[in-house]
Amino acid sequence: MTAEHLPILQVAVPLALAPVCLLIGNRHLVWLLATAGGLFTFVCAAFLMVSVFNQGPLTYYLGGWEAPWGIALAIDLLSAFILLLVGLVATLTLIWGKASIENEIPGEQLSLFYCMFMLAVTGALGIVATGDAFNVFVFLEISSLSSYAMIAMGRDRRALTSSFQYLVMGTIGATFILIAIGLLYMMTGTLNMADLAARLPAVRETTTVLAAFAFLTVGVSLKIALLPLHQWLPNAYTYAPSVVSAFLSATSTKVSLYLLIRFFYTVFGADFVFRDHGLQYILMPLSLIAIFAASGIAIFQKDIKRMLAYSSIAQIGYMTLGIALVSQSGLAATIITMFNHGLIKGALFLAIGGIFLRTGTSQLAKLGGIGRTMPWTMGAVVIGGCGLIGVPLTAGFVAKWYLIVAALEGAAWVVASAIVLTSLLTVVYVWRTVEILYFKTPGDSVRDIDEVPMSMLIPTWLMVAMVIWLGIDTTLTVGLAEQAAAMLFDVTP
Amino acid sequence: MKNDPVVKAVSDLLIPPILLFGLYVQFHGDFGPGGGFQAGVIIAVAIILHALVHGLPATRSRIPDHFLRITMAAGVILYVGVGFSGILAGGEFLNYSVLADDPLTGQHIGVLLIELGVGCTVASVLIMLFYQFAGRKGQR
Repeated sequence: MTAEHLPILQVAVPLALAPVCLLIGNRHLVWLLATAGGLFTFVCAAFLMVSVFNQGPLTYYLGGWEAPWGIALAIDLLSAFILLLVGLVATLTLIWGKASIENEIPGEQLSLFYCMFMLAVTGALGIVATGDAFNVFVFLEISSLSSYAMIAMGRDRRALTSSFQYLVMGTIGATFILIAIGLLYMMTGTLNMADLAARLPAVRETTTVLAAFAFLTVGVSLKIALLPLHQWLPNAYTYAPSVVSAFLSATSTKVSLYLLIRFFYTVFGADFVFRDHGLQYILMPLSLIAIFAASGIAIFQKDIKRMLAYSSIAQIGYMTLGIALVSQSGLAATIITMFNHGLIKGALFLAIGGIFLRTGTSQLAKLGGIGRTMPWTMGAVVIGGCGLIGVPLTAGFVAKWYLIVAALEGAAWVVASAIVLTSLLTVVYVWRTVEILYFKTPGDSVRDIDEVPMSMLIPTWLMVAMVIWLGIDTTLTVGLAEQAAAMLFDVTP
Repeated sequence: MKNDPVVKAVSDLLIPPILLFGLYVQFHGDFGPGGGFQAGVIIAVAIILHALVHGLPATRSRIPDHFLRITMAAGVILYVGVGFSGILAGGEFLNYSVLADDPLTGQHIGVLLIELGVGCTVASVLIMLFYQFAGRKGQR
C-alpha cells in the first residue's frame, strides 16, 4: 500500500515532523526525531531510485485529482538522483550535527532550529519531486524562508546581515520565478509541467513567453548564485551555523540547478532555449568568468569557510558550463558534477565544522598547525580538497573528466583548456590551506584541543569514503547521469 | 491608550463580535468567500486590538507564548494529519473523498479540517509576530 505513496511520503513526513520538533523541549529527543526524519527521506529516495530505474517515471496525484487540474508529483531519473543527494546529505549532517548544533545554537532555540531544518529539507525535496510549476514556487519559499532563519541563527552577529542580504536577493529571485510562472499560466492556462510542455509550442513565438523565459532564467540563476548574481552566497555560507553551511552548500544550489535543467529541458524544450534564443552564448562566458574569478578570489580568503564558499561559486560555474555545451554528454557531466560536488563540499564543510567546534574560529591564521592535533579531521579536509582539485581516485576527477570530454566532443578547445587551467587555481588555494594547517607551528589556540568525537568523525568520513568510492566506481553516478541526460534529450520536442 | 475610557469601552465592545466574525469566515469558508487564512487574520486582529488597548503584558498573560507555540504546531499537524488519513483510508495524500462513506461528505469534512488547521496556525503565527515586535526592548 505504501510503496505507491513514496513520492509524497518523503515530502510530507519531514513536514509533519517540523511542528512536532517545535513542541519537544528535550534536546536529545528532538535531535533523534529530526535525524529519524532525515533517514526516512533517504530511505524513501533510495526506494524511489530503484523503482524509477526499473519501472520508469512515477506520477502521484495529490488528493486524487488528475494531472492538469490537480497537483501532480513527478519523479523521473534526474529527480530521483537529486532526491537521493538531498536525503543523504540531510541524514549525515544531522547525525554529525548534534554536538555542533548544541554548541552554536542557544538552548531555548534548539527545537526551533530543528523545526527549520525539517522545513528546509521538506522544501528542497518538494521542489525536486513536484511536477507542478506553482508548487515549485511554494516549496522554494518554504526552503528559502527556513534557510534565512537558520542562517540568522549563526553565532556571529554578521550572520544577521548576511541572512538579510540573502533574504533580499532570494526574494527577488523567487518573485521573478513567480512572475515567469504567472506569464506562462496566462499564455497556456495550465501549471502542470508536462501539460505546459505540450501547450507551449503553440505560443512559443510570443513576447509573453519570451519574457517568462527571461524572468525564469534570471530568477533561478539568483538562487543558483551564478556569477553576477552570487553576492549573497559567500556571507551566507561563512556566518551560518556549521551544520547549515554543510547542508545548504551540498543541496540548495544543486536543487536550484535542477530547477533550471527541468525548466529548460522539460518545460521550454532545448530547441527553444538553445537553438532559438541562444542562451548558451550568455551562459558560457558567465560560467567561465565564474570559474576563473571565483577560484582567483578564493585564493586570497582569510577565512576557510569563505574560501569554500567562493570555491562553490566556481564549481557552480562548472555545472552551468556543462549545460552551456548543449550536448547530451555536457548535460551528463553537469549532473555528475552536481552529485559529486555536493558530497565533496558536504564533507569539507563537515570537517571545517568540526574544527569550528573545537577552536571556535574558521580564520586560517588562527588554525596554523592544527593538522597535528586533529589529524582525522584534517585528513578529511585534504581528501575533500583533492576532490575539489579533481585528483584521480576522487569523485571530483570523474566530474571534471566527463566535463572535459564533453567539451572536446563539442570541439570547444578553449573551454577544455580553461577547465584544466582553473584546476591549477584550485590547487593553489587547497595547497595554501593544507600548508597552513599542517606545517605551521601550532599556536596557543590549537595546541591543547582534542579530536572531535566519533559521532562527528564517522559521518564526515562516510562522506569522504563516498567521495573516494565514487571516484573509483562510477557505475552509480555516471550510469545514472548519462541515462538521465539521454531521457531529457529524448523528451525535447 | 490604557487610560482612555472611551477607547477601552468601545474596543471591549468590539472584540467579541470580531472574534465571532472570524469564526464565521472560518466555518462558512466552503460555502462562501472566506477560509482559514482570512479567519486566522481576523482572529489575530481581535487579539492585537486587545493588546493595543490593554497593554501587551495583559494580553500575554491571557494568551501566553507557550500556548501559541502549541497552537501554531497543532494547525500544521492537523493539516498533515488529514493528509495522512487520506492515505490510511486507502486514497492519496489529501484525498478527502475517502474520509467518509459518501465522497461529498468526505470532501466537506476534509476541507473543514484543513481550513481549521490553516486558521489555527495563521492566527497564532500572526499574534506571535506581534508579540515579538511589540515586546522587543529598545536598544539605545
